[in-house]
Amino acid sequence: MATVGRALLIIALCVALYGVVASIYGARLGRPAWVASGRRAVYVVAALCTGAFAILELAFLRSDFSFATVASHSSTTTPTFYKAAAAWSSQEGSLMLWVWLLSMWSSLVLFLTRRRLRRVAPYATAVLLGFAAFFAALLVFLETPFGVLAAVPAEGNGLNPLLRHPSMMIHPPMLYSGYTLFAIPFAFAVGALITRQVGAADWIRSTRRFALGAWFFLGIGILLGARWSYAELGWGGYWAWDPVENASLLPWLTGTAFLHSIMIQEKRGMLKIWNVSLVLATGILSILGTFLVRSGILDSIHAFGASTLGVPFVILITIMIAGSIGLVVWRREALRSEHRLDSLLSREAIFLANNLVLVAMAFVVFWGTFWPLIAEALTGDRRALGPPWFDRYTVPLALVLVLLSGVGPVIAWRRATASNARRNFVVPLVATLGMGVLLAALGVAQRPLAFGMFLCGTFVLASVGQEFWRGVGVRRAMTGERPPAALFSLVTRNRRRYGGYLVHVGMAVLFVGVAASTAFNNARDVRLDVGQRVAVGNDVFTYVKPTSRISTTSDGRLEKISLGSVVTVSRDGRTLSTLRPERSYFPSRDATLGPLGRFFEGEATSEIGLKAGLRGDIWAAMTPDKQALRPQIEEGDRVFAAASGKLPDAVEARLLGQALRGIADRYVADPPPATFRLITSPLVTWIWLGAIIVFLGGLIAIWPGGRDAQRRTARARHAARVAKELGTPARGPQTVSATGSAPGADLG
Amino acid sequence: MDILALLVIAATIVAAGAVLAGPLRARGVQAGDERGDRLAELQARKEAKYREIRDTEMDFKTGKLSEDDHRTLDRQLRAEAMEILRAIDDEG
Repeated sequence: MATVGRALLIIALCVALYGVVASIYGARLGRPAWVASGRRAVYVVAALCTGAFAILELAFLRSDFSFATVASHSSTTTPTFYKAAAAWSSQEGSLMLWVWLLSMWSSLVLFLTRRRLRRVAPYATAVLLGFAAFFAALLVFLETPFGVLAAVPAEGNGLNPLLRHPSMMIHPPMLYSGYTLFAIPFAFAVGALITRQVGAADWIRSTRRFALGAWFFLGIGILLGARWSYAELGWGGYWAWDPVENASLLPWLTGTAFLHSIMIQEKRGMLKIWNVSLVLATGILSILGTFLVRSGILDSIHAFGASTLGVPFVILITIMIAGSIGLVVWRREALRSEHRLDSLLSREAIFLANNLVLVAMAFVVFWGTFWPLIAEALTGDRRALGPPWFDRYTVPLALVLVLLSGVGPVIAWRRATASNARRNFVVPLVATLGMGVLLAALGVAQRPLAFGMFLCGTFVLASVGQEFWRGVGVRRAMTGERPPAALFSLVTRNRRRYGGYLVHVGMAVLFVGVAASTAFNNARDVRLDVGQRVAVGNDVFTYVKPTSRISTTSDGRLEKISLGSVVTVSRDGRTLSTLRPERSYFPSRDATLGPLGRFFEGEATSEIGLKAGLRGDIWAAMTPDKQALRPQIEEGDRVFAAASGKLPDAVEARLLGQALRGIADRYVADPPPATFRLITSPLVTWIWLGAIIVFLGGLIAIWPGGRDAQRRTARARHAARVAKELGTPARGPQTVSATGSAPGADLG
Repeated sequence: MDILALLVIAATIVAAGAVLAGPLRARGVQAGDERGDRLAELQARKEAKYREIRDTEMDFKTGKLSEDDHRTLDRQLRAEAMEILRAIDDEG
């Protein structure tokens, strides 16, 4: 099967290269047959990549250790759920996932536009196939997932235990869906620039949903990564400005800016250079994100030379940057704005400000991420910029961003009059003021940045709430519907607008959660004996007793040994929660660590104790003192080493199990002090709730409204025809537009 | 390499070649339909303009635009929409 998989990738590479040539040849010489053949190349590449990916997945599910990547990233003891995900835990598997997703999305967009965009699409096809050829070439020549082992091991190394978390099953496909979906607007932007169609509405309409999908999936990926970090890494945080996190945030920020500013181009034909630059930058940052994670350059600039992927990625990114700049300069005449900004008091102006803030944030994140590499290249000394540096710049920018997301919805397109603006700001400002007084009375103002974020968040909730309220009022006045029905029809008839507003609410809730949990959390690292207690903020943590657990797989093999604790948390003498944090040790395959020692010296994970609630989280992680067990482990190792080869395997395995059980029991009977990280943190749950609201809003905005809209349009057209033939004006609900008026038959 | 694998690979190459060569072998593949492209572009512009009219209407109904501003803007946008409709009719 490995041979077939490798052959499929080689054929995919050849087909992709053929498709690039056929598409460009067909477009340049006006040969539609070649263009059609080029488009078919995308479908063929998708089919081939699907076949190759299926072979790889099958190898993981069957624990086929003749595949080198399966042997090094999975094992028979890996749960089936995680075997499927183990494919993309490896370098080659993740590249395979990348090219497969790219080929599927490319096929979808080219199928949907097969009868449109005839000038732009061939060049977009060439760009998308160029990406596919690049990644297929990496998989064929540098990082093959179909390498086979001469001697097939009986057992694999297993999946890194840290990755055994449900978030990690979904996180990489979400991130890669985001990255690969951003390649689509990038490719069509290149096509539009080459054919001077960049001002056209059709390519924007055709790719906008893909850009929104990219934003949606990338956002989910980022949030799942944050959740994994919070629940699995044992440090108690969800965002550390780690370069890998930053790499995914960069295209999300510029993509968010693009999704706002493209509306101005759609409506007014403005900001063409800005928009095309944003979409090109987002595409480049998506590739850069993949490069940062996959090249090893994040560990050290010197790892770049050792990485097989570094040079090809740098060449690709250089071509993308140089090509993008060249195209924008070449087509600068076609990119002139058709209109000017009517007023600084308009939604366009707010969108522009929002874009500047988002791009400024992206620049800060970019600089902070790359500074250690630049410093190391220049001075040989790696100087990382830590979270305080990022916070210094991103927190004020985030405050402005949240505020703008509340201002935008209450300002009209084109131009708002001062009197109307004043009227629309009354409720949000009064609500914000009220919240300010309340929070100041509670002493929150002592943390000015968090206080500011709470006020900005309140402003957003009030302004968007007002918009929903008024919108429902308009619908009810028009149709007499009950409030829930009016709300439903309001949202379904204006998905982009109200989906977007919901995203704003979600972001405000999320940022309030971030501000509260950052500014008001209490954390302590302590070493406790059983029975000892420690105060963290208003809560008292008590180390009640130690625990131990030996987990086995379904076929009876030892999976991990967990040493943990029972910790109670009380406030004012009342028990709030009982937590059970533990540290799990997965066996190493390194026999030199000793028959017993290897069970304590492999990978380790923290299973945190968490009591999550709307008001706050109580969080605990513990690290047992393994050193206290060292004498017993060493003594056991000596005994087993002496008996090695003298006992039947089954007997030795049984004795080994008894010895491990004995050590675990000893830990419980005579526990050494353990080290705890204890945190109480307010409103963390709001971060995840905010994220859910954001993605719900995104889903509403993405959801195709085709059938309803078509039905309404057809109804309106028929009504208009009847009215025309009767010589009377059209009346009734058939001709009512989405907002309730009747601006024209097709407007419904 | 076993025979089955070889057969699968050969069949895949033949199938891929047939799919790619299909349009090249077919007669009468239509030349790029410029008119269709122009119509699609005009339809996209029409949709965007209608969306703008609806947004302006919504802004007025929810109190973000004065009646005078709305009337002026609406008239201007409808005139632009009519231009697009006229262009669509010309293409038709």
